[in-house]
Amino acid sequence: MSLVVDNLRVYYRTLRGDVRALDGATFTVADGEIMGVAGESGCGKTTLGKSLIRLDGRMRVAEGSVTLDGVELPIADDRAMDAYRFRSVSIVPQYAMSALNPIRRIGRMISELLSSRGVSYEETLPELRRRLALVGLSDDVLERYPIELSGGMKQRVVMVLSTLMNPSLLVADELTSALDVSTQKAVAEMLVEFRDRGFVKSTIVITHDLSILYQVADTILVMYAGKLVEKGSAAEITEDPRHPYTKLLIASLPEVGVRFEERRLTGIAGRPPSLLRPPTGCRFRARCPLATEECAVEPPFVELAAGRHAACWKVAA
Amino acid sequence: MTRYLARKSLLYLLTFFVAVTIDWAIPRLMPGDPIDGLISRLQADSTASQELHGYFTESFGLDQPLWRQYASFWRGLAHGDLGPSIAYVGSSVSDLIWAALPYTLALLVPAIVLSYVAGNRVGAMAARRKVLDNTVLPFAYILTATPYVWLALVLAYFLAFKWGIFPVSGAYDFSLQPAWTWEFAWSFLQHWFLPFLTLFLVSFGGWAIGMRNLIIYELESEYSNYLQALGAPSTLVRKYAYGNAVLPQMSGLALALGAVVGGALVTEIVFGYPGIGTLIITALQNRDYFLLQGLFLLIIIGVLVANFVVDILYVVVDPRTRTGIQGS
Amino acid sequence: MESRADLVATPEIALTGEGAALEDAYPEPPVRRFEALHFAARNAKLVVGLTVVLAFLVAAIAGPWLTDATPFEFGYPLGEPPSSAHWLGTTSPGQDVYSQFVYGLRSSFIVGALAAAVAGLLGMAIGFLGGYLGGVIDEILSMVTNIVLVIPTLAVLIIVSAYLSVGSLWSEALLIGLTSWPWAARAIRAQTFSLASRDFVSLARLSGQGTIKVIVKEIAPNMSSYLFLTFILLFGGAVLIAATLDFLGLGPSQVMSLGLMLNNAVSNAALQLGMWWWFIPPGVGITAIVGGLYIMNVGLDEVFNPKLRRT
Repeated sequence: MSLVVDNLRVYYRTLRGDVRALDGATFTVADGEIMGVAGESGCGKTTLGKSLIRLDGRMRVAEGSVTLDGVELPIADDRAMDAYRFRSVSIVPQYAMSALNPIRRIGRMISELLSSRGVSYEETLPELRRRLALVGLSDDVLERYPIELSGGMKQRVVMVLSTLMNPSLLVADELTSALDVSTQKAVAEMLVEFRDRGFVKSTIVITHDLSILYQVADTILVMYAGKLVEKGSAAEITEDPRHPYTKLLIASLPEVGVRFEERRLTGIAGRPPSLLRPPTGCRFRARCPLATEECAVEPPFVELAAGRHAACWKVAA
Repeated sequence: MTRYLARKSLLYLLTFFVAVTIDWAIPRLMPGDPIDGLISRLQADSTASQELHGYFTESFGLDQPLWRQYASFWRGLAHGDLGPSIAYVGSSVSDLIWAALPYTLALLVPAIVLSYVAGNRVGAMAARRKVLDNTVLPFAYILTATPYVWLALVLAYFLAFKWGIFPVSGAYDFSLQPAWTWEFAWSFLQHWFLPFLTLFLVSFGGWAIGMRNLIIYELESEYSNYLQALGAPSTLVRKYAYGNAVLPQMSGLALALGAVVGGALVTEIVFGYPGIGTLIITALQNRDYFLLQGLFLLIIIGVLVANFVVDILYVVVDPRTRTGIQGS
Repeated sequence: MESRADLVATPEIALTGEGAALEDAYPEPPVRRFEALHFAARNAKLVVGLTVVLAFLVAAIAGPWLTDATPFEFGYPLGEPPSSAHWLGTTSPGQDVYSQFVYGLRSSFIVGALAAAVAGLLGMAIGFLGGYLGGVIDEILSMVTNIVLVIPTLAVLIIVSAYLSVGSLWSEALLIGLTSWPWAARAIRAQTFSLASRDFVSLARLSGQGTIKVIVKEIAPNMSSYLFLTFILLFGGAVLIAATLDFLGLGPSQVMSLGLMLNNAVSNAALQLGMWWWFIPPGVGITAIVGGLYIMNVGLDEVFNPKLRRT
């Protein structure tokens, strides 16, 4: 098992108390698996992604553990995590466009970064060049300043750099949100290719865009209001969703070929609950068309079949 | 890069033109006749005053049509001729300015450079360490809120008057003449120190605050976050943050020059230091319009030149301006 | 105003990022309105700065009521140190320093506020128009702004004041305001740029609202905190410039001001005579007011922009 997350709870400290942004996540990601994490804004997926690599100033790990390749990651300890960052755990950020120091040539920045992490730039250079070529960038990118590259090019540079040390875990947070559709496709395909070539072992792709996940991910994890709601293979989630939330989510996606007169796009009525004082019981209860009395007790995230989990009383085990 | 510099040059030329025109125009728009003032100072009796008035008016060219005066002003400028002084009768404005300028530069240049460098360093340090931040920062705010005039007075009062460590006024001992001797140099330094310190302290405050804010901003930028997410040590992150923060600080340098020059002027007055400042106050008190015009022109040219120098330095420091793409 | 203000102004960091997303995703309206006040009360810089400024404001308003003496009145003992009769002593020619001080404080506040208003209005007009309209108009306005910005304020003021004798606080404030606006115009223009591209502005524009209306109704209210901060910095800067002008004898000579006190002190060799009570108080007044304003400004910035809070 590559990544094992056990009952992870990460809260944000605020003046009014702890916001329980991630409230009990337990899952595994195998070697070579690309797991997508989907959900609406504020469901906790970004918190999850961040907690795996670098905590925000206001975040605190309330409970739980993260184990990568059999070693427990010291996610609460910023200093200690440095040893794992870049080598074992890496991130491709949402803001790839501005992730590069504007006043340094790219090659020089990479060399300084590598040296500071105790890696020889000379030795890594041939592999770096190979990977740049792989994503369609020529060598002279290294001589350029970030301002001379297009957005897509910068995205590719960041992807190559983040995976240069062949990390065991790659977290891609909202990778495609800032991109146009054709670049989205290219980037998504790049993720898969990196996995296929063994540059990364496990990948977690965090996004609100289910359609990307369908193309790229092996498994999909759906989150809502800080809790895990459903997990399964990409095909299962999109074609046979079990949890009411997932069903509504899939149903709200536009279908190719469906014309406006025949069907209207529907969203899910209501808003997610406050995570400062979260409701007891199932957090989706207020918006769920199937909710009844028993939903006042929080449903556990149970295994329905091999690799299939859901947290709902209404789902037949 | 050439586009950037060309743009700046155009700006400075325009500014120069506008400033010079203002400089030339104001005396002529003002009520009162400078020649009247001159004559009353010379205390000529009433019968001769009419002829004297005509004589002076003609010799100063004030009877010419305005556009002619304007043209000859520019012509004079090209020859470095700024006219005669009314307050110091017999001396030309340019001579007076050349005599006073070195003293002012001796104050300004070290004060600006040292306060900039020291302020930036301290500001960067304060941005990293909370302890420093809580002590240095309030102090810096107080410094930058202090009027130059008053700090000069306070320093003069305590360090010169009360404790006699430094002399109170002048640029050198009265018994000495300016010369390239050790004796003169030492005397000069003693007299120079307090005015220099005044300029240095106030400017230092401003730079420290500015740099501290910029560093904090850069440390929270996305490239900083990315580097830290990749486990880069804080030395590298700080190095990059500093490099990026220096850029707006450089632009700020050009803007702040005007303020420091103003500060130097009043500091000189407090210390009786024979630089441009003392010259200005004499000109003001004596309504010496030509001297004032010349001084204003000097200040304008000086500030524009300094701005241009800073712009060139900026091109060196910010690689984005060199790539031919419009940077910040 | 190429004074120290723009070095002191903190960078504007928009309320974005996960912090805002967090607080926006789960809003609790009634509590949020008071959150600003809550932070305001707890912000040491804001509280201290505001207290100092208010203290001196009270002194400026009420101070003169506590004495019968007037600033220009002669006849008191010559050059006496502070005593119970004259709390701040007297000047060489026999005037009461305390009355000069408190009347001087009044002048500082008046000039500061008026000049800041003038500079602020001008800066807003030019900044808003340039930032919102863009294009050729923006180019022209920027050029004008830059020209006025580069010209050293003090030099211009010296020249102009030398010829136009400044008779009242009003005209002094006007002069200062007319030369200090470029800094504000630039800052406001930059902010307007980023706001002008937002959706709600496009919406207003599409619905046919005229330029002035859009600026007044949509853009300005969303920048209100920024405008306020700018005003405070302009205020502080104006007080400093006025002090320098007054010191050079270029301010109104019939109105007492702190700078004028310093001028008189220096002309009467107060320094060499050791009459510290004559020149120390005015400087303390100026430094305290301007310093208080600057520190208040930093505190306010932290209250308005949570991202700046270093807790």
